[in-house]
Amino acid sequence: MSDSKFNKDVIQKIANLARLQLTPEQANEFSEQLSKIILHFDEISSINTEGVEPLITPSEIEYTLREDSVKQNFHAEEMVANAPDKQGNLFKVPPVV
Amino acid sequence: MSTSNPSFRGFEAVIGIEVHVQLKTDSKIFSADATTFDSADNENTSPVSVGMPGTLPVLNKKAIEYAIKTGLALGCNVRKKSVFSRKNYFYPDLPKGYQISQYDEPICEKGSIQFEVEGKSKTVGITRAHLEEDAGKSTHFGQYTLINYNRAGIPLLEIVSEPEIHSPAEAAEYCRSIRSIVRYLEVCDGNLEEGSLRCDCNVSVRKVGETKFGTKVELKNINSFRFVEKAVEYEIHRQIDAIENKEKIVQETRLYDPDKNRTFTMRTKEDAQDYRYFPDPDLLPIIVTDAQLSQIKKELPELPLIRAARFVKDMQLSTHDAHLLTEERDLADYFEATGKACNNSKAAANWIITELLRELNDAKLSVSQSKVNAKNLADLIAEVDKGTISGKIAKTVFKEMWDSGSTPADIIKTKGLVQVSDPGEIEKIVADVLAANPDQVAEFKAGKDKVLGFFVGAIMKASKGKANPGLVNEILMKKLKE
Repeated sequence: MSDSKFNKDVIQKIANLARLQLTPEQANEFSEQLSKIILHFDEISSINTEGVEPLITPSEIEYTLREDSVKQNFHAEEMVANAPDKQGNLFKVPPVV
Repeated sequence: MSTSNPSFRGFEAVIGIEVHVQLKTDSKIFSADATTFDSADNENTSPVSVGMPGTLPVLNKKAIEYAIKTGLALGCNVRKKSVFSRKNYFYPDLPKGYQISQYDEPICEKGSIQFEVEGKSKTVGITRAHLEEDAGKSTHFGQYTLINYNRAGIPLLEIVSEPEIHSPAEAAEYCRSIRSIVRYLEVCDGNLEEGSLRCDCNVSVRKVGETKFGTKVELKNINSFRFVEKAVEYEIHRQIDAIENKEKIVQETRLYDPDKNRTFTMRTKEDAQDYRYFPDPDLLPIIVTDAQLSQIKKELPELPLIRAARFVKDMQLSTHDAHLLTEERDLADYFEATGKACNNSKAAANWIITELLRELNDAKLSVSQSKVNAKNLADLIAEVDKGTISGKIAKTVFKEMWDSGSTPADIIKTKGLVQVSDPGEIEKIVADVLAANPDQVAEFKAGKDKVLGFFVGAIMKASKGKANPGLVNEILMKKLKE
């Protein structure tokens, strides 16, 4: 069952979502590895968890909040300093439309 | 089930709306960057908001407060524990490769909003209202795209309605009501042009009587309520045309072009987006305590609909006038202050609606910038009620108040506008007018009542509009019957 879950098409789709390019060999290799991982999760899923709340965070620590106050630690020049490409203080990227 | 919904050429429209409300915090939701609209390019950024590796988000307290406030005002359940999730997709205006949003455990859900459309009350369910961060702004230049991250990380509350809106007018009124509420709560400035309130409409049509939903199309880029109405109207008919021509409706996002009054394809959603939501491990769940909830509840202002109902009940205003006066909190405050100061709410409502709003609209000013303040308008109304000036003269005084900013008392005094209520003086004017117009007097005696208007006009003119109209009528009738 899990083998069919991770056939080449599924691997290709996941790779596309992650913007990764895979060779057919890599796709085969990852298909096997990921299927094993999923099999393991299937095993975990077989445990009866009725009445158990989903775990969002393992610790019971309180969440922390910031007061709504403005601090400027950097200027635009510094923020774009390491950009591969820029125009003025704007980030320049390949066309997206 | 939906027999009362408006029909469009035998079809029914099903509309759900997502409103993105930019919360009016000083700093961003997860970092201390400023949220000012007109800052220089990328000036309001930091390693957190441009998504540099190793940075961590820290939640803004005020954003939570504003979300809860809005949720309560919309009658939502506020979750004791809500969770931030990552919505994963690649787009350059989203520097981290994911947007921090809320998914299956939003902070507010299951509310409703009530408003008036064409004199009828309408209720629309609110599915949810969740917190998320705004994305940056891209500007496209063909060969390349420029990105400004000043907007990235500004807190948004996305308010999602049930698909219970069935006409363009209802859609526009829904959006207006959301804006009115967030402005009453002072959690958003409601400026559509600057994008601090963005309305996306999901529109589908189906044959009247059909229970299955049609394919929905999302309309974006609508920056006024009038355009919400027009875009939805256009889209309903575009879809009906397509169905009647046996074409298939494609699930897609369309943009509205106000210049051409049409919608056009932005992107199709054929390959359904897979956002792979999962709880954001960088943020702990938001915990809302009962104490916090009751504190915020206590601080909620009287909301527009309730305020309008009170105006109708306590001040005998018409429903229409009450809604007009309560759309903006400042205007409602101005009205109440005026009514109270002159002890005549009905007159205050009339003056504000017919005179003040006209001047404000002409000058493109908001009521807080009005050149006539509530106290001065109340004084003017009081002068009319006391009989110092007539209603007609009062309009001249009002115009003068608007132009000069003076008080009504000063204007009445310096321009000598005090109403003549001395019967002796009026009798003299009436006698003069009658003596000068023997023909019309004869006509009246012959039974022509219509000449009365002529006499009143002549008398008012002779008194430069200052004669007390009640007394003029009384004395004129007496004299004519002598």
